[in-house]
Amino acid sequence: MRGIFFKTLTELAEQDSRIILLTGDVGYFVLEAFAEKFPDRFFNVGVAEQNMMGIATGLAEAGFIPFVYSIAPFVVLRPYEFIRNGPILHRLPVRIVGSGGGFEYGPNGCTHNILEDIGILRTNPGITIISPADYKQTQNALLKTWNLPVPIYYRIGKNDKTAMTGLEGRFELGRIQIVREGTDLLFITMGGISLEVEKAARILSEHNIRSTVAVVASMNPSPIEDLMPLLNRFPLALAVEAHYVTGGLGSLVSEVIADHGIGCRIVRCGVREAPDGLSGCQDYLHDKHGLSAAAIVKTALKEIGVDKRVRT
Amino acid sequence: MKDNITPYKIRRIILEQAKRANVGHIGSALSIADIITALYGNVLSIPDPDDPDRDRFILSKGHAAMAVYAALFLKGWLTEDDLNTFCTDGTLLGVHPEHMLRGVDFSTGSLGHGLSIGTGAALAARLQRSSRRVFVLVSDAECNEGSLWEAVMFAGHHRLSNLIAIIDLNGQQAFGYTEQVIDLSPMAEHWRVFGWDVHEVDGHKVEEMNSVIAGLDTLSGPPHVVVAHTIFGKGVSYMEKEIKWHYSPMSDAEYQQALNEIEAAR
Repeated sequence: MRGIFFKTLTELAEQDSRIILLTGDVGYFVLEAFAEKFPDRFFNVGVAEQNMMGIATGLAEAGFIPFVYSIAPFVVLRPYEFIRNGPILHRLPVRIVGSGGGFEYGPNGCTHNILEDIGILRTNPGITIISPADYKQTQNALLKTWNLPVPIYYRIGKNDKTAMTGLEGRFELGRIQIVREGTDLLFITMGGISLEVEKAARILSEHNIRSTVAVVASMNPSPIEDLMPLLNRFPLALAVEAHYVTGGLGSLVSEVIADHGIGCRIVRCGVREAPDGLSGCQDYLHDKHGLSAAAIVKTALKEIGVDKRVRT
Repeated sequence: MKDNITPYKIRRIILEQAKRANVGHIGSALSIADIITALYGNVLSIPDPDDPDRDRFILSKGHAAMAVYAALFLKGWLTEDDLNTFCTDGTLLGVHPEHMLRGVDFSTGSLGHGLSIGTGAALAARLQRSSRRVFVLVSDAECNEGSLWEAVMFAGHHRLSNLIAIIDLNGQQAFGYTEQVIDLSPMAEHWRVFGWDVHEVDGHKVEEMNSVIAGLDTLSGPPHVVVAHTIFGKGVSYMEKEIKWHYSPMSDAEYQQALNEIEAAR
């Protein structure tokens, strides 16, 4: 997602001189093309994310569209108050680009994971939040939103190779995308973990459990109008996200169910434990936290109580 | 218009509004009354608060906003009726300034934020090949904030000559004196080592500040810092250098004495 994001941004910057790229000293092998093509509009501000956000606020007030980039925890959590009192309070078009949703920096340890960004930012009504499922959706989401007059957070992963079957890069702000349809079970997911969900749905289908898979890339504005009728059709929904179970997609879906009195039970698949210091590759950490395809299948079977059908 | 803004008028409005609203932060506002007089009376080039190419001003020590509201009123950008909404329900004139108020460029109130916004605003002016300048008024206590030094480093490295920081060096903070809390003296040296052009002035001498700022090269060279030596609560004897007056509102007797003192010094 990262590669296509900055390739597309470089193309957009050719058309629009308001685009500026700031990085907090990360982006080796990712930002060079932009930096070489637009040396006057590229700034490595150093390891200083608060200042980066403040600078972006000052630039945006003067009419620029600054993109600020770092690894997601560094670009969201360290300068969070600067986001709140800067682009959100001033309603300015700053773009916050966080690399590595969830456990993508897994071997780097707990400091590099990001499991609360959506939750924290989503409490603010004034920021658009986009968490694409794959690189094609990332590109389309950027093309459809880069020029919005509001602050935006893009939670993008590092996978630029795998596309989600059935998604075909579709994206609409405030909408969901259905990538698979079935009547037994509803999966709702966001971000790179969507690929695991689709894999889990495929495995289940081989056992005659047909699921619908809905992708929520537009976390804010949230796709309430799409979610309501969808949730009404199912007795059980699994929300799957590489995020803490509080504040993110599972919370959003729970809010829609509760707000509208929908009779759908939700199972929130996400991270529930506090950091324990153990690191490992993304697949290891997904499995550990019940987010691998195999673990999702296991949870789905347990929740729908149809173990027999799988064994037959 | 120039004579319309005087330290006396700024101080009087600060006292009147603080008394009417029964709020504190009086000492902090009095501390910058002369700096604000210099800025709005002479320094800032703002043909109109909505002019995109105007000089920008950021009151990074947002808790002294009363002084800025007074200047906005004296400039004619704020009506008396609006001024009198200070600290009432539904007002845009809160204790800390909000950018939604015409004449306020950026909302502040959380210390350590303003200089980085100003750095971005100065960078924007450079990229747009504009000669407009960006002034950021910070407090000495605010220099406790690490984020401020991130901006100091960036602006120094990129030689943002159109960025002018003014430090209200009154030696006090909300809960102590700076030399006891975090001693940053000599303040000027810290900025100098990061490549800033440093000037020290008496922060209560308007003409001296006008003259120093007029002499700054804002088209080339390093960013500038004007270290303004001030007295917290300046002009009201019982407030001067007293921590209490960061927070306290005035009694009727205190208010009358304060008015008498600024009147006598007029």
